[in-house]
Amino acid sequence: MEPINEGPQTGQAIVTLEGVTKRFPGIIANDQIDLEISAGEVHVLLGENGAGKSTLIGMLSGLQQPDGGRILVDGVETAIRSPSHALSLGIGTVFQHNMLVPTLTVAENLALGGPWWQRPKIAELAARVAEIARPLGIEINLGARVSELSLGQQQQVEIVRALLRESRLLILDEATSMLTPQGIAELGALMRRLVERGLAVVFITHKLGEAADFGDRVSILKLGRKVGEIPPERLRKLERAALVDEIVDKMFGRQAGDDAVSIPPRAANDDVLLEVRDLSVPATADMPGLEAISFTIGKGEILGVAGIDGNGQKELAEALAGQRPAAGGSVRLGGQSLDDLEVGARRRKGLRYLTDDRLGEGTVGPFPVSINYFLKQIGEPPLWRSGIERSREIESRARSLTHLYDVRTPALSTPVGRLSGGNIQKVLIARELAEGAKAVIFNKPTYGLDLANTLATRQRIRDIAGEGLAVLLISTDLEELLSMCHRIVVISQGRLVGTVTNGPGAGEKVGRLMIGLAA
Amino acid sequence: MSGLFSNVFLTALLFGAVTAAIPLLLAGLGEQMSEKAGVLNIGIEGMMISGAYLGFVGAYYSGSFGVGFLTGALGGIAVAALMALLCVRIGLNQIVIGIALTLGLEGLTALLHHFQFSRSYPRLPAVPITEIPLLADIPILGPALFKHHLIVYFSVAMVLVMIWVYRRSQLGLNLQAAGDKPAALDVAGIDVIRTRTIAVLFTGTMAGLGGAFLANVGAGLFIPFITNGAGFLGIVLAMLARGRPVWVLVGALIFGMCLSLTTAAQVAGINVPTDVIQMLPFLAVMVMLVLFGRRASLPAALGIPYERGAR
Repeated sequence: MEPINEGPQTGQAIVTLEGVTKRFPGIIANDQIDLEISAGEVHVLLGENGAGKSTLIGMLSGLQQPDGGRILVDGVETAIRSPSHALSLGIGTVFQHNMLVPTLTVAENLALGGPWWQRPKIAELAARVAEIARPLGIEINLGARVSELSLGQQQQVEIVRALLRESRLLILDEATSMLTPQGIAELGALMRRLVERGLAVVFITHKLGEAADFGDRVSILKLGRKVGEIPPERLRKLERAALVDEIVDKMFGRQAGDDAVSIPPRAANDDVLLEVRDLSVPATADMPGLEAISFTIGKGEILGVAGIDGNGQKELAEALAGQRPAAGGSVRLGGQSLDDLEVGARRRKGLRYLTDDRLGEGTVGPFPVSINYFLKQIGEPPLWRSGIERSREIESRARSLTHLYDVRTPALSTPVGRLSGGNIQKVLIARELAEGAKAVIFNKPTYGLDLANTLATRQRIRDIAGEGLAVLLISTDLEELLSMCHRIVVISQGRLVGTVTNGPGAGEKVGRLMIGLAA
Repeated sequence: MSGLFSNVFLTALLFGAVTAAIPLLLAGLGEQMSEKAGVLNIGIEGMMISGAYLGFVGAYYSGSFGVGFLTGALGGIAVAALMALLCVRIGLNQIVIGIALTLGLEGLTALLHHFQFSRSYPRLPAVPITEIPLLADIPILGPALFKHHLIVYFSVAMVLVMIWVYRRSQLGLNLQAAGDKPAALDVAGIDVIRTRTIAVLFTGTMAGLGGAFLANVGAGLFIPFITNGAGFLGIVLAMLARGRPVWVLVGALIFGMCLSLTTAAQVAGINVPTDVIQMLPFLAVMVMLVLFGRRASLPAALGIPYERGAR
């Protein structure tokens, strides 16, 4: 019984990437990546958000085409045209979001893809699944509906499906992000058994611990470039602590040019402006809740919130702004409790929130720039009187804001949705800083902006702090936080796992916290 | 009141119920496949009226009901092909296109009919009946259920065919995947667009047959707007049936019975305003929606055009 086809020699390269480059408008997602994926190895791709892992997988699985460089399959240059072409080459991918039909049974899902006039060959399938699953120690209940399975079980079904199609290379994209600790351990053991049978496994993760535990070879990506590779010989020899140090250094280590850090000077004071104590938000199906979040921000201080995307950052910002009901805890601004106040009342007290969803939640795209400045004052004097818009007043105020915040717009009547992301951000900043702002929450303020607007926005945030406001800066860009914040808290799974005072070595400490290590 | 329960009355009532139910059954089965595959086919009313008109014209000029059903089906397929092109291939909004097709074809068929027949409404001869031996001799039920045109038996047989397709065939799996998680189907190497196109064309065939039945068998003539919401009732049936062909049949018979009561009550000479009786089928829709509508589960990707790589 040999379920996995011929079985290439261990160590033989199945897929080789040579100088592979992929550009998207305004960004190089993959820059000259060299990678060798060999049979019998778990090859870990490690990197933060935006390091280029997903793009790389997209090219291997046929969803995207490289702009430069070449991909060799079994030593032959091959263009992987489509997902089904990738499958026929023996490259199977288990995507982060599963690709099973929830309303069908496991067997039916596995049978999907057969010729339409045939009856699904369930019996034949059952025999082959048993042949594949048993030696791997997987139990597959073919009759169960997929929606009734746990996420770990669904993933096993997908792995078995890839093997049914005779994959020699199995790509697991952020496979552990939805799993319980036990599920993660089981997946690790399963990967080990797969490579023992001669398969190649590419395991994508941003968690260093998993890389060290499961990997035979670790490649580290950073901002689209491959910044390091630890081959199996070294990986085996290195002590775990030394290994972790080396990887942290490569992922978060300072490089030339990183020294251009200018933490805004802050006059010493003990005035706490924003005080959050034990804030909690219940979890829902698709987002973590918040648990016992406590921090303070002083006058003129920038507090950064670091973390991998989706660990409760948006929930934190919305809970503070009053957009999301809190289950417990207190928020005080300048000594006054905000707990029972609605969104509008919190805003009037001086707590302002700049959403990362600039066009969806932050502005009304078809409305003119001028009205978007005053979205939150519609109907209020002096811009409106008895429900009637005073256009001259609005126009003159809008003009001065446009000038003050350097918004590049053809006219005040231009729909805000037509502006660039940077200019929409300026409109938002102008609106939120107006009249009586005391504490400002920025959620990913430079996300999607070009370099000039990124720098302008960062300078604006520094200026705000310089004027004595409290700033909460949420960002997934660690460099950004390190270049601006006085202190950085790290959020993971809806909890604050540590606080780091910015300064030499802070980057490594924050990085360690982000990937689940104690600082 | 004795007339109400006479054998003749009951037979007429049941016969009428079956005759009224068949177009709804065909429309419901057709719509069900589109919805399973993720296409909300609002254009089915247009497909039915197209089938009714072309079915009538085919039968009228050829003198054959068989030809009439063939041209009726083609009429439905033609509209379905347009719908598939616009909504499945190009990915336009299914509701807008569906309504446009329905309104457009209602107008077009009325116009063509006016050109051809001016204000006269020629009738077709009585439809040929196929009796089922033995069963047709059962009192009351026999003449009501087993003395119909072949297409009636075909329609009921289609329920069994659909059950087989959905439960047992690869096509059934593909259709359900196309409606619930098209990306999974695509990754499995099956063309989502093609699968959905097949479903929409099937809907057109069934709706066209239903329309032809309505004109040629139900009424014996074509009048503009003859479908009068039958396609929309088909959509309601498909939604209530939750993917089960048998429930389309049950629902169609219930609605058919209500429609039949309208005529039968008049035959029996019951003194109830006809307006009240004519409300019955739509009252039945509302009652059924209130009772079962909340449990109706629709495919996750219903109404959403598929585009590879878009999440």
